[in-house]
Amino acid sequence: MGHGAHRGRLSVEAIELRDLAFEYVTDGRRVLALHDVSFGVAPSEFVCVLGRSGCGKTTLLNLVAGFLTPTRGQVLIGGRPVTGKGLDRGVVFQDFAQLFPWRTARRNVEFGLEMKGVPRAERAAIALRFLKLVNLEAFADAYPHQLSGGMQQRVAIARALAYNPSVLLMDEPFAALDALTRDEMQRLLVDVWRETRKTVIYVTHNVAEAVYLADRIVVLTPHPGTVRAIVPVPLPRPRDPLSVAFLECQRAVVANL
Amino acid sequence: MRTRRALAGTLASAAVAVAVWEAFARSGAFATALTPSALRVAEALGRMTLDGSLALHVAATLFRILVGLGLAALVGIPVGLLMGRVGWAERFVLPLVSVLSPIPSLAWVPVFILWFGLGDAAAIALVCYAATFPFVLNTWTGVRSVNRLWIRAAEAMGARGGTLFRAVVLPAALPFVIAGLRQAFARGWIAVVGGEMIAATSWGLGWVIFDAREFLNADVMLAALVVIGLLGLGVERLAFQALERRTVGRWGMVRTAGA
Repeated sequence: MGHGAHRGRLSVEAIELRDLAFEYVTDGRRVLALHDVSFGVAPSEFVCVLGRSGCGKTTLLNLVAGFLTPTRGQVLIGGRPVTGKGLDRGVVFQDFAQLFPWRTARRNVEFGLEMKGVPRAERAAIALRFLKLVNLEAFADAYPHQLSGGMQQRVAIARALAYNPSVLLMDEPFAALDALTRDEMQRLLVDVWRETRKTVIYVTHNVAEAVYLADRIVVLTPHPGTVRAIVPVPLPRPRDPLSVAFLECQRAVVANL
Repeated sequence: MRTRRALAGTLASAAVAVAVWEAFARSGAFATALTPSALRVAEALGRMTLDGSLALHVAATLFRILVGLGLAALVGIPVGLLMGRVGWAERFVLPLVSVLSPIPSLAWVPVFILWFGLGDAAAIALVCYAATFPFVLNTWTGVRSVNRLWIRAAEAMGARGGTLFRAVVLPAALPFVIAGLRQAFARGWIAVVGGEMIAATSWGLGWVIFDAREFLNADVMLAALVVIGLLGLGVERLAFQALERRTVGRWGMVRTAGA
């Protein structure tokens, strides 16, 4: 069992995974994708779930998002068990195509507010505020196909935050970007997170990214997906990826992969 | 620049077409009464324009195709949407569409005349028949090929049922519905002209061609053919391309290349 499980805090975790297991059936065979996964995420904590592809990290995120129902165990958000999708969680996917192409950036960001029944004028004001947060207020009226991949992902982040969920779930949102844009996006995400104080679960296979972003890193190993270790990252922000402490931290994580 | 080059190409191909026609008309392969020169065709066109008859024929034909297309859209789009969303609707409708769709609409003309008599109703029914299937099949395909990620993202933001359908599925399927509209018009245009030849009484471009045959008025027949071609092109360019530019073109969702 990892580090975090022994913290023994009494305060309610923002997110809690309890003995989570997920099994799916393929070609008549039952495959265990996740086994006995338990950890908690404190309010406003940034947790990265790290593992190689096929370790079940996206499945884990989909369980928390409510897209999948666990075979055993449960997910609690703010102490209440997850029974499906909900506006208490915002989700950002890896694929740029997640934005609605028929809506401008601003109208994409407004979508969740529309579903909540927020009046039009208020919607527009909130959407612009979140576009500003991701430095895209100048592109409010652009359609997604007119934006670069990095800009589209920023709109997706604004969209997932605009309706004020307490939890932000991110599934390798920057994996398809070039390295320079990715660095820039990571810096921006840290700023956005410090500004909004959301509780974040961020799935990635990139060790340096996890060390740059996370308060704690949950390392998953495959077949079946289990928690190998939970590694705290005690570095102050902003973090310097070239510093000795950063590299040491990376080494500690890699040792657990 | 591009429009100027396109215009030059259009003019050149029109000039070549006229020249080829003139050579054929003067070759003596047929009696000159049967192959009138381009000038005589133009004269016939001018005559029909000036006496106002052309406008009425065009209006009759456009009326039939618009009503027929409208009815086809009213039936075809909802059926396609239903098929894309509901399994049993798909299993029920698809065999029916698969059998009916390949039947050329003109094969129905005699049957429709028996049912609807000569006149507008038969021609409209024919257009409706021809145009319904493209609407059904394209809308169905459109609904089925909605990106799963859009659905998932919308559901994560609280969209369900009717709202999800209106806010995501409909706009996502629109490129296919527009492609269906284009196909429906192309098939309906064939149906209306063919139908008018047999089922129409005294108005319509198809009727003009058939009527002129009685009097060996080849110039009138050819004039009507030119009008049919230009009208079809005009609708495609003015209506459909404009519609596409304002919707799927603007959204970067264009599927049909070029055109």
